[in-house]
Amino acid sequence: MTKKSFVKFENVQKSYDGEVLVVKDLNLEIPKGEFLTMLGPSGSGKTTCLMMLAGFETATHGIISLGGNPINNIPPHKRGIGMVFQNYALFPHMTVYENLSFPLEVRKLSKAVREEKIKRALDMVQMREFGNRRPAQLSGGQQQRIALARSLVFEPDLVLMDEPLGALDKQLREHMQYEIKHLHERLGVTVVYVTHDQSEALTMSDRVAVFNDGVIQQLASPPDLYEQPENAFVAQFIGENNKIMAEVVDVKGSVVTAKTSEGNLLKSKKVNCDKVGSKTTLSIRPERIKVGSKGENTSDAKVLELIYIGDHIRCRMLVEGDENFIVKIPNAKKISDLKIGLKTQVSWSTVDCRALDRLI
Amino acid sequence: MLASQNNNNQKVLTTDGIPLKKKLSKALFRSRLRAFGLVTPLLLLISIGFVFPIIVFLTRGVYNDTFEKYMVNLTPILSEWDGKSEPTEDMYEALVLDLVWLKETKNIGKVASRMNRELSGSRSLFTSSARKAKKLEAPFKESLTKVKKKWAKLETWRAMKVTSQSLSPVFLASALDMKYTADGTIVQKSPERRIHVKLFIRTLEISLVVVIAGLILGYPVAFLLANLPIRISNLLLILVLLPFWTSLLVRTTAWIAMLQGQGVLNDLFVVFGIATDQDRFTLIYNKAGTLISMTHILLPFMILPIYSVMKTIPPSYVRAAKSMGATNWTAFWRIYFPQTIPGIGAGAILVFILAISFYITPALVGGQDGTMISNFIDYHMRKSLNWSLAAAMGGVLLVIILFLYWVYDRVVGIDNMKLG
Amino acid sequence: MKFFKLLFASASTLLFASVVNADSITVVSWGGAYTKSQVEAYHKPWQNKTGNQVVSEDYSGGLAEVKAQVESGNVTWDVVDVELSDALQGCDEGILETIDPSTLPAAPDGTPAAKDFMDGALQECAVGNIVWSTIYAYDKTKFSTPPTTMADFFNVEKFPGKRGMRKLGKAMLEMALMGDGVPAEEVYDLLGTEAGVQRAFAKLDTIKDHVVWWEAGAQPPQLLADGEVTMTIVWNGRIFNAIAAEGQPFGLVWDGQVYDLDLFVIPKGSKNKEAALDFIRFSTDTQRLADQASWINYGPVRASSIPLIGSYHSDPSIKMIDHMPTTEAALKNALQNDFEFWADNGEELNERFNAWLAN
Repeated sequence: MTKKSFVKFENVQKSYDGEVLVVKDLNLEIPKGEFLTMLGPSGSGKTTCLMMLAGFETATHGIISLGGNPINNIPPHKRGIGMVFQNYALFPHMTVYENLSFPLEVRKLSKAVREEKIKRALDMVQMREFGNRRPAQLSGGQQQRIALARSLVFEPDLVLMDEPLGALDKQLREHMQYEIKHLHERLGVTVVYVTHDQSEALTMSDRVAVFNDGVIQQLASPPDLYEQPENAFVAQFIGENNKIMAEVVDVKGSVVTAKTSEGNLLKSKKVNCDKVGSKTTLSIRPERIKVGSKGENTSDAKVLELIYIGDHIRCRMLVEGDENFIVKIPNAKKISDLKIGLKTQVSWSTVDCRALDRLI
Repeated sequence: MLASQNNNNQKVLTTDGIPLKKKLSKALFRSRLRAFGLVTPLLLLISIGFVFPIIVFLTRGVYNDTFEKYMVNLTPILSEWDGKSEPTEDMYEALVLDLVWLKETKNIGKVASRMNRELSGSRSLFTSSARKAKKLEAPFKESLTKVKKKWAKLETWRAMKVTSQSLSPVFLASALDMKYTADGTIVQKSPERRIHVKLFIRTLEISLVVVIAGLILGYPVAFLLANLPIRISNLLLILVLLPFWTSLLVRTTAWIAMLQGQGVLNDLFVVFGIATDQDRFTLIYNKAGTLISMTHILLPFMILPIYSVMKTIPPSYVRAAKSMGATNWTAFWRIYFPQTIPGIGAGAILVFILAISFYITPALVGGQDGTMISNFIDYHMRKSLNWSLAAAMGGVLLVIILFLYWVYDRVVGIDNMKLG
Repeated sequence: MKFFKLLFASASTLLFASVVNADSITVVSWGGAYTKSQVEAYHKPWQNKTGNQVVSEDYSGGLAEVKAQVESGNVTWDVVDVELSDALQGCDEGILETIDPSTLPAAPDGTPAAKDFMDGALQECAVGNIVWSTIYAYDKTKFSTPPTTMADFFNVEKFPGKRGMRKLGKAMLEMALMGDGVPAEEVYDLLGTEAGVQRAFAKLDTIKDHVVWWEAGAQPPQLLADGEVTMTIVWNGRIFNAIAAEGQPFGLVWDGQVYDLDLFVIPKGSKNKEAALDFIRFSTDTQRLADQASWINYGPVRASSIPLIGSYHSDPSIKMIDHMPTTEAALKNALQNDFEFWADNGEELNERFNAWLAN
């Protein structure tokens, strides 16, 4: 076992009905101590992967190994993996203390050791006084913390979390994101986290695996994922994104020149596009666009809608035939010049525009 | 003046100056009235059709005024009598007076059959004496004992004293195999007459065994129902419900065909060499027959509440337990099972209460050791016409059920019961 | 208010009309072959004669239903076929209408009804109909030498197999004593003593483990046919029906028979009392009682009916008179059920019988 591959999926496939593959040839290595998030829309196969790792689903093909040993045939209770469920799965007939005690009892630890560990786990999530409560007497955030403590109390090397924050309101969710992140940093435990919320993934993870259609579309750190999406799906799924459909007319080194439907020639960075003559999707983040001035790439634009957000103005424009072209304009003094119906220009630098595969 | 002013200031008023509380109760009154109106038909039905008749009937168990109502002359004298001394001429005179009147009004049969329950042979004593009562002359003690010698016996008079008390524990005592005597004491009946206590115990025993057997058989079925794919579980559910669409009598009769000496099961036993043709198993017309058919008939009542509770338990609990290192068994026993207890409680109570008052099935397949207390209530209702005793037995049964319910509430908690 | 009165009036007229409607009466009897015999011999001819309707209902004996109807004031039964003890008890308790025997038709030769009916068949509230008997029957295929006496019924060594018995003290206790060698005429004297009761239960004890108890009259022929028992106590009409109509290989033993009467009564407050009385007068005349006997072997209670008894309705070779419980041969060691005895002691003896059963 190398440090690089504490958890390893090798050519893993999964099918429920023998006709459709839910997971198609998955290869993934997770080093020890990493916080890896599996991100994707529902039905993308991310939860199935997590369940296969936990042992609740069996892989149809391929090998899953943990710490260098294949675990395909090891029942879930012998895998020693901590898990936090979507609705916490706190045992309703037990108190918080008993919930935490359960994994220790089945490991036949002595009472003194159990008490010590439970105390530590409760302290860790700042829930020390709640030992005698039943789960139903706790708020959602408190339940979440207990579920977290319970998955960690027996000190597993690997913790799986299946959309654990899905049931919380936005503010609490954001707060818990930081708490989980800090816990992870403090304990150094390996975490595999499943979510469909991209901002959650970006906030917490060391690396994010973006799933779609049973395949990992991109596996990268959050900045890379945002800044350098490798295909149109990732670009669209992570953050906001403007797409301009164009046809490649020239490729010079890493620069692609493409012609839009309006006949405009735009330069962009070559990432994931075919040779001359093929269709491509040009992707530009809304905050990288300047309004009212010329640059490396310039396009005519017409203001369609202005939305006041606070720190910035969201401006919907007609650019290259796309009516949903979004530009984020920092809230500075000049914005009063913008009016609906104003005809102006937008520009961006070539490095900020990525030529990706054609989006169907 | 000032004080009231202060008082008024403290009250919260609505914009039109009416105190808020008043306004609120007025607003709520309408909705309460509507709610009450909606439940009124059911309330009336339950009280007129259920509670009232039950109370009226149960009072028969402790109140029977047949004697007092018809023996108007004798009753007051009997209540004075100590029950030990020799009956006086006054008592004989009152008796004859009542007998004459009873004969004329054709009510002698009512008193005679009431007396006969207290003392065997009283029916003919009363009816035949009443026929001749009109011709009797004073001193009545002499002339009446000439008609029937039994009138001289203290036993007869003591029985009349007991019967003359309208409100008395005589039937309740009888329901518990005891006898209420003229002295006001309660003594146990002789062993060859004791039967009810034994039957109450047997009834509880059979009901308990049916509950346990139903639980053992029904729990896995409920588990399957709750965990199989919906298509298969729906089919299974229909199979579980199928018996509900068949009459109780048909199901019981089907068990007779199955279990009797020459029945399907015994034939199979003979074929497989488990029994010989001459020496077949006695599976019916005894306790075994009652247990088997009652368990089958009541099984759906056990399965359905457990099933509906199981349906609400997300699979993530067991998964969580397993992820924490619990084996299948530990996960089931410590996590899944405790959460199904509300369903088990509901099912067990339902089956127990239904079982405790079962009488058609035990009557048909119970034989001599498989009959239950309800069969005797039924016997006294329909055959012996001793409705007072039937009411007393029913009352005792009701008390037992309420007591068990109370125990259940203390041990398990009635809130901890779910039908789904 | 007026409207409601009108509504009420019209509703009650409707209701009343549907109840009275051209004299339809409900006659309740014991079901099976017995009710069939009554339908054929009484109901149909009476319907043809009067144009009234007869609704036939079954019950399994006892006065409970009659008592419930009378006490609730909603009497729906008009004529009920009851046992003698029930007829007396019901009359004593005032839940039956009185019937004047002088209104009953005389015999064809002019003998008044009061003399034509056998002893006990005319009561203050009841008119006799048939003599029926509790006997025992056996499966011919199970024994090489057939049983002949009451004692044989209690001898499970010589005649192995299960026994069917009625789950009631009445008749079973008498038969136990006769099976123990007590002559019929001494049975009730003995049963009136504690020693006699104990002797009867002691005799029953000897076969207790071999008994299958039945409650409804249709059960014993079925038990015998199913091979559940080799011998069973049974009502003579039921077993005759199994033999004559179904061709079952059953034999029957008259020795130690306990015979009893069935009578017609009218629940007090019957809405069709006149029609019911007419039905009873019609059904208990000499010819009707004799007709009834060709459908089932229950003996008519009128002396004048005996010579008119024919053969079995579907098989002329079976002369019904030979199968009656009242033939000389059948009466050799026979006991008439003592209703007075049971009215006085039934409660007590049945209680002890039930306690004995449960122990």
